[in-house]
Amino acid sequence: MQTSFTPEQLRDPGLAAANEVLRTCVHCGFCTATCPTFVLKGDELDSPRGRIYLIKDMLEEGGPPGALVVRHIDRCLSCLSCMTTCPSGVHYMHLVDYARGVIETRHTRPWHDRLLRRLLAALLPYPARFRTALRAARLARPFAPLLPRSGVLASRMRAMLALAPERLPAADGGMAGKVWRPEGTRRFRVALLAGCAQRVLDPEINAATIRLLTRMGGEVVVPDGSGCCGALAHHLGRHGQTLAEVRANVAAWTREMAGEGLDGIVVNASGCGAMVKDYGFLMRLEPEADSAAKVAALAMDVSEALLRFGYAPSRPPAGITVAYHAACGLQHGQKITEEPKLLLAKAGFRVAMPAEAHLCCGSAGSYNMLQPEIADSLRERKLGNLRDCAADVVATGNIGCLTQLAGHGLPVLHTVMLLDWMAGGPRPAALEAAAVPEPEGEARAHELAAEAAGQLGG
Amino acid sequence: MDVEPPLHEDVLARRGAIVAGLCRLLPEDAVISDRARLRPYETDGMASERQVPLAVALPSTTGEVVAVMRFLHREGVPVVPRGAGTSLSGGALPRADAVVLGMMRMHRILEVDYADRFARVQAGVTNLAITEAVQKGGFFYAPDPSSQLACMIGGNVAMNAGGAHCLRYGVTTNNLLGLTVVTAEGDVVEIGGRHVDAAGYDWLGLLTGSEGQLAVVTEVTVRILHAAEGARAMLVAFKANEVAGACVAAIIAAGIIPVALEFMDRPAIAACEAFAHAGYPLDAEALLIVEVEGSAAEQDALLARISGICARFEPVSLRVSASAEESAAIWKGRKGAFGAVGRISPDYLCMDGTIPTGRLAEVLARIGEMSGRYGLKVANIFHAGDGNLHPLILFDANDADSQRRAEEFGAEILRLCVEVGGCLTGEHGVGVEKRPLMGVQFNPTELAQQRRIKEAFDPGWLLNPSKVFPAADAAA
Ligand code: SF4
Ligand code: SF4
Repeated sequence: MQTSFTPEQLRDPGLAAANEVLRTCVHCGFCTATCPTFVLKGDELDSPRGRIYLIKDMLEEGGPPGALVVRHIDRCLSCLSCMTTCPSGVHYMHLVDYARGVIETRHTRPWHDRLLRRLLAALLPYPARFRTALRAARLARPFAPLLPRSGVLASRMRAMLALAPERLPAADGGMAGKVWRPEGTRRFRVALLAGCAQRVLDPEINAATIRLLTRMGGEVVVPDGSGCCGALAHHLGRHGQTLAEVRANVAAWTREMAGEGLDGIVVNASGCGAMVKDYGFLMRLEPEADSAAKVAALAMDVSEALLRFGYAPSRPPAGITVAYHAACGLQHGQKITEEPKLLLAKAGFRVAMPAEAHLCCGSAGSYNMLQPEIADSLRERKLGNLRDCAADVVATGNIGCLTQLAGHGLPVLHTVMLLDWMAGGPRPAALEAAAVPEPEGEARAHELAAEAAGQLGG
Repeated sequence: MDVEPPLHEDVLARRGAIVAGLCRLLPEDAVISDRARLRPYETDGMASERQVPLAVALPSTTGEVVAVMRFLHREGVPVVPRGAGTSLSGGALPRADAVVLGMMRMHRILEVDYADRFARVQAGVTNLAITEAVQKGGFFYAPDPSSQLACMIGGNVAMNAGGAHCLRYGVTTNNLLGLTVVTAEGDVVEIGGRHVDAAGYDWLGLLTGSEGQLAVVTEVTVRILHAAEGARAMLVAFKANEVAGACVAAIIAAGIIPVALEFMDRPAIAACEAFAHAGYPLDAEALLIVEVEGSAAEQDALLARISGICARFEPVSLRVSASAEESAAIWKGRKGAFGAVGRISPDYLCMDGTIPTGRLAEVLARIGEMSGRYGLKVANIFHAGDGNLHPLILFDANDADSQRRAEEFGAEILRLCVEVGGCLTGEHGVGVEKRPLMGVQFNPTELAQQRRIKEAFDPGWLLNPSKVFPAADAAA
């Protein structure tokens, strides 16, 4: 596509990179069809191609973008479905992330919007603060009916209160600096991105991941100094905070790589995985460019790690049908589509795929708090398609999707919980809660089989 | 490019009142009138042409279309209907004095009837969504333009869209049963129905391919077909474009009609492989994708006959797809071809002409010669079986000279198509792209006759006025 930047403008390396992306777009419009917001809104401006155009104009003109334009960019979920569809290889993610940064510096949002964004950026990446905030939200929930019936602010507050879980699981007691030893001889050594919000909302996901990996002969370490991947701040357009968070992780993992060495950096939240894999690009202009690229090359989703290091179940099949909900960070962000399904099948589950699997469930990081209406419509659509699978349980690879979809009558859990169960771990609590029947008479058989397998393996 | 038909200055002067009128008829988010947000609507799949419209209206129902059309007719405002905006001939290119009527919100499937084999859908349903809606019953909608994922049925009707499988099943006009249209004055007219043929004139045939110049399509009833038992694709690679061209002619001359017979040359193969990872042979100069369908035995028999013919042309390789996934990847590459070319060039002009298949080898050689003369690369992707050519001329829109050369190159290709006994458009329509060349195809009497048809429907030239007719022949 034609662009008209001056040579001065193009001296800015960020803009130059954005220009490269714009030039790859041939304006064919294929991407519109698979974009969740276009499907819902039926407006070119809420489609990838429309946003690319709006961003092009905003960057060419160079001034502050108007509120009407910002609204359409804000509505983008960053689900990256458009990148899967685009035949031309347009790197929409780099373009929209750059645009968000520009909007953050040039556009003045209404006070409540600014406040909310600052709050999200200051809370979510920090487990202790986030935990306190969730408690407060839970306490505040009874007051939700007092909120005005309409208005952006009220609907956002309502969305936040609704997302706060009834009951917070016990804290994981801190993970930084810990090492989990392998069962038997050490076959590999990986760092785990302990994550931020996930640790508070569902610490069992990390626990299951560690059980799985150590059982397979892996040593798992969460190096001191590693923390939030930075995606949250990044998608809010907060460049400084993003770089600081990325830098801390790169330093922590690089130390580990230089020390005892790493065979991989395992990430079990799909959006975070996509982010870490992009560290090389994000840090390309920083002094840490090289080490960031090396870190990015080592990053792998937990499903990739399990296949690479040889996941094997030890229990007989549970006779359960699992609807696999592809998280966008996996299917579009990391192009991981088959691995989780392969693993689930390997573990003896029947796997069902919902219709419109490519469409986002509306979670999208902090999106469901910022754009509750679109997020709700997408959740309803997703839940409908998942229900049509008539499965016993829904598995997905991302904490965001879990919070977004849970609590609507379908048991939803992280894929690793099911895989861990079949490899000898505990039966996931979500199955109990949803009264998914334990295969008859097999419960004890499982235990025995597991013990036998354990003895043989040991 | 041609001179634009004159703008309605009075309309431009009354812009505020016209926008206010639209806002009274439609919900708040269905009218766009600020310049920044009108810009993304200034172009379609042919991004080299741009014009910011007066406003955009996004109706959700036939009723809203009627209200908007009545109002705009009363105000004398031109209307440019738009589906997904994937036109490659500028069919949805706005005018400064026109309201773009975006049909994207009309995306409901209204009725599916397997017994009578039809589906009735709103104009903004995508081509692929029709097949998706009926495939659980074992049916499909046959015309499959490459953009079928995104393009909308209303636009397919307007352009009489084709596709790879039209070799066997015909183009849009052969697969339609009925239309609901709104006239320039804002009246609803039902054409055809759920049955083949209709009493009186063949209105359906007339409206199909009328490029939004006779009426606005709001609902479409299509014929759905029972899907074949199975299908298999075969990839045959050749040493030279001309050899592949001759092979196509030989297959057709032998009386074999595969369901699809597609051609790609080396640059196209490379771009599509990078996108679809379909295992296209990267060392070939030219590639044919041949698809056959039927029972396994029928497929085997046809593939054997076609392979026999191909063998006479010393193919570099020949591979039959072994699985449904492999076939899907092969078609994903072919259907994404135009976009995929964006990987090797910032911009392209997509040509769309038709030639007698017997002249394929010769035409390919001449396009190659022109490419040298204009100093521009070209990627060739054709529906070879139909003789429908899509040479993609690669250029850089940030370089004005290369754009000018690309346009001249394109015009010369289309003139060549007419010269060898073919036609200016295969399936993309005339739009603005081929408007200046209409005089090459038609004599003044023929053009005048077409103009009278346009004026019978739309005496005020308000419906998509700057398309199809050369400027001199357009609005009087
Ligand atoms: S990232 Fe998702 S929501 Fe955003 S433009 Fe792409 S497809 Fe649409
Ligand atoms: S599919 Fe890719 S090239 Fe086509 S309009 Fe979308 S981003 Fe641009």
